[in-house]
Amino acid sequence: MLIRNSIASDPKSFEITSKSTYLNRRSFLQGGAALAGAALFPWSVSAAMPKKFKNLIKSPFSTDEPVNKYDEVTGYNNFYEFGTGKTDPMDNSATFESRPWSVTVDGLCDKPGQLDIEDLLSKFQQEERIYRLRCVEAWSMVVPWVGVQLSSILEKFEPNSKAKYVEFTTLVDKKRFPGQNYPIVPWPYTEGLRMDEAMHPLTLMATGVFGEELPPQNGAPLRLVVPWKYGFKSIKSIVRIRFTDQQPTSTWMQQAPNEYGFYANVNPAVDHPRWSQAKERRIGQFFRQPTLPFNGYADEVASLYKGMDLKANF
Amino acid sequence: MARQKKFPIKPFVFLACLGPALWLVYGTLNGLLGANPIETILRDLGDWALRFLLLGLAISPARRVFGWAWGMRYRRMIGLFAFFYAFLHLSIYVGVDHFFDWNTIWKDIVKRPYITIGMGALLTLIPLAVTSPKIMVRKLGGARWKKLHKLVYPIAIAAVVHFFLLVKADVREPLIYAVILGILLAERAYRALPQAMLRGSGSSSSG
Ligand code: HEM
Repeated sequence: MLIRNSIASDPKSFEITSKSTYLNRRSFLQGGAALAGAALFPWSVSAAMPKKFKNLIKSPFSTDEPVNKYDEVTGYNNFYEFGTGKTDPMDNSATFESRPWSVTVDGLCDKPGQLDIEDLLSKFQQEERIYRLRCVEAWSMVVPWVGVQLSSILEKFEPNSKAKYVEFTTLVDKKRFPGQNYPIVPWPYTEGLRMDEAMHPLTLMATGVFGEELPPQNGAPLRLVVPWKYGFKSIKSIVRIRFTDQQPTSTWMQQAPNEYGFYANVNPAVDHPRWSQAKERRIGQFFRQPTLPFNGYADEVASLYKGMDLKANF
Repeated sequence: MARQKKFPIKPFVFLACLGPALWLVYGTLNGLLGANPIETILRDLGDWALRFLLLGLAISPARRVFGWAWGMRYRRMIGLFAFFYAFLHLSIYVGVDHFFDWNTIWKDIVKRPYITIGMGALLTLIPLAVTSPKIMVRKLGGARWKKLHKLVYPIAIAAVVHFFLLVKADVREPLIYAVILGILLAERAYRALPQAMLRGSGSSSSG
């Protein structure tokens, strides 16, 4: 089996080696950032010092592959709201404030309402899940997310039987998201999942990474993580969740319908029109490695797509 | 030709042109190229190939428009640096990014328009690089040499199209290069215009 689901009691390689390393590095960086932050922006000290999670539980869904470095996860990613370069999110997000924050949950559900980030953090058990992340651009990482299984959040709002899809929307705020000053893609960024995908146990609403609350460049204060789909499905800085009976048209589907589909399941057999998806470069590695169907989560999720033509539904 | 070659400038220009490549070597050895150094190297080399192409194309307009004739002395070198960077760009793509995975590389070349076009540009640069020494100019004869080197226009256009086709959504950067190339080509078109128009009005008055 290509997928290795370690059980919670297994010591994971990253616990033994890199965790202490990244925490040390982190506290060092944090100290420096806090000092610089306190000097430049005395009011933003809290923003410069992300909170550590206590009482995290370990998830059996975690992979035991070596985790990417903190600097890689927080310093190299796509988040066009902060700019289209790979380091723009890190470079342009230092002053981003993610409090107060609440998510509107509405649409085809019996208990529409607001989800406040503080409630999400205090009333739900946070767990650490180490997932592979495969970007549509053929690079990948292993990321130790912290979060809550999405289904346990959505249940509270009691989606009704007409709800077939869930649509997610990112905050629009040109002041906090300088990238939104240019119509690179149609803002706001939206994404969608089929109801069964959203309720799947692997689907995570992430609130943190490396044991701390999410830094802005990774989608503070809450973001989706759908590990068997290309990274762009894992929408960041969410302000709205809507249950619907129509398949949502995501931002990338609007931008380039022939290149990005609704499903966007990781699939080495279906190329992006402009590059091959057969292999990927794990950040930090020299050689490309083969990409696995559903990013290695086929055992868990392939059944969701039984009988579907995955080439047509890319 | 004025004989004022007291201070040798050329070696310094040469070193300056080599600068971006030296920086990439230094950056690689010292881990300064970010989380995905291979991508950084590949893209930087592509950027510099395009920049040297455009720089080479700017030299004769600079002389005609601003009277800066000194640039002509470095034109061959700059053209060869364009080839140098394009060739390294391809080498990194083949030998590092895809580590000689010929199957994937071949599929890329035939299936992905941006790679096909980039490859076309690179292959077309080869005869220009080969015929750049003075001996080759003499061998070919000035007129034929000039005709051959007009290929640099389609090459530059192909390079900009290559860039346009590979970006996912943000076309601002390739757009800047397209505008610069547009100006450089427009200057030449404009220069070609009056004569053609003269000929046009001449024939109509006589007819
Ligand atoms: C005259 C020849 C060429 C020029 C001037 C050129 C120029 C460029 C430029 C300007 C970029 C964009 C860099 C950036 O994003 O900042 C680029 C990227 C790229 N080029 Fe070329 N190129 C040439 C030939 C080729 C050839 C022959 C190949 C492969 C067979 C190739 C493959 C690529 C690839 C794979 C990328 C990067 C795509 C990515 O990282 O998303 N290029 N090139």
